[in-house]
Amino acid sequence: MERDDIIEYSLDAHHSEEHGKKIRKKIWQVTILLTLVTIVEVAMGAFIKQADSWVWTATKWTFIALTLLKAAYIVLVFMHLGDERKSLKYIILVPYFIFIIYLLFICLVEAMAIDSALKLYMGL
Amino acid sequence: MAGDSLKQIDSSTLWGGKVSPFTTSYGKLMMWFFLVSDALTFGGLLVSYGFTRHDCQVAWPIGEETFNSLPFLGHGYPLLYVALMTFILIVSSVTMVLAVEAGHRMDRKGVTKWMIATIIGGFFFVGSQAWEWYHFIHGSEFGKVELADGSRAIVKGHFGEIENFKVIEAGHHHKKGDVITEDLMHEFQHAVVAGHVHDGKIHLHDGSVAKVNRKADEHVKLLIKEDGSKHHLGDVIEGSEAAKIYSEVINSGVPNRVIYGANLQANEYGPSQYAQFFFFITGFHGFHVFSGVIINIIILFGVLRGVYHKRGHYEMVEKTGLYWHFVDLVWVFVFTFFYLI
Repeated sequence: MERDDIIEYSLDAHHSEEHGKKIRKKIWQVTILLTLVTIVEVAMGAFIKQADSWVWTATKWTFIALTLLKAAYIVLVFMHLGDERKSLKYIILVPYFIFIIYLLFICLVEAMAIDSALKLYMGL
Repeated sequence: MAGDSLKQIDSSTLWGGKVSPFTTSYGKLMMWFFLVSDALTFGGLLVSYGFTRHDCQVAWPIGEETFNSLPFLGHGYPLLYVALMTFILIVSSVTMVLAVEAGHRMDRKGVTKWMIATIIGGFFFVGSQAWEWYHFIHGSEFGKVELADGSRAIVKGHFGEIENFKVIEAGHHHKKGDVITEDLMHEFQHAVVAGHVHDGKIHLHDGSVAKVNRKADEHVKLLIKEDGSKHHLGDVIEGSEAAKIYSEVINSGVPNRVIYGANLQANEYGPSQYAQFFFFITGFHGFHVFSGVIINIIILFGVLRGVYHKRGHYEMVEKTGLYWHFVDLVWVFVFTFFYLI
């Protein structure tokens, strides 16, 4: 049976030649940005030594911040999540962040507890 | 009203739905749901890696010390190879998004061109990972050594090349005076681990004994990674003393004082969990890349046959694109948490 009540969403994404030019420009801009961020990360990784100092702590947090920046550009621009409806954006991002933050919280708390237990009982 | 609930409605109207609250097709939405679950899997792996690392009482390896080789060029290039791999994957992600963009303009030639570029990039990445694994498993020429006081150290520097083995006592196979020039490094490392190297002499499998002709090691540095009674974590032994200590260890004739490369039981870089996580996380990611390349090839055939053109839209390319970008996304995190931090 031929259906006339189904909306073909797949066609919504089509765009014109002019609009395509704009999109391609954005893609190349993001490419340059991602490459630069990677170069900065590698330079920091190669030249800053791991140590118990505030410099290394700051470096670690910079790595995490830069990684999240890269991830945001990949998800929002390359995967077009930024162009999707709000409802789709939230149904993807909200459950993920709830679970991953919960997992991080549990593992940080547990790791610290085990660490102090090892130090206390095994004298490590 | 009772009659209404008994009225026959054909199932496609009943279950088919109409307006999607997400204004997106079923396939794309399901791809997103799959990616969320896969992202949680990788999130779980990386969190457990962090957990293990935090609770590990032995010094964890440092990325720029462990990964500092380039193909054909040798050592001394910290992190450059992984950086190159990251760049390859980012570029193949870009070519993929360009293929999707071309698909939105119904530009079949453009889609074909960029899909082929993406597949080539994917193969390059898988190949790079194979090299990385090969290098990780084989390890350095020096290995990790146990010093006389019980401390363990990784070794940096220039390993003196083995020129040959000159047989001084005959065995079943080799005669006295034979000069062996093949498979030297492999034989030598096996003999060192087994404790068959003593005072510059190597005991070969056939019972013969040979003198090891080896150039002197240069710029040897011992970086202490596990405490002993004399040396402690963070100590660095350099200069002629380091070369002397290293030479004593490999010529001691005591088995298992040197570890070369990595397997699931032990590795020369750090605690055994380190290599286990390396194999699991990069392996699982590599498997994703490999399956991504296969899926891309299948979709490329669809594009070439004009399946999607006839359909009127290139959404299949978009859906595989989502998967491919996800693989890149995961690598961004693996790169940070495994190699940088």
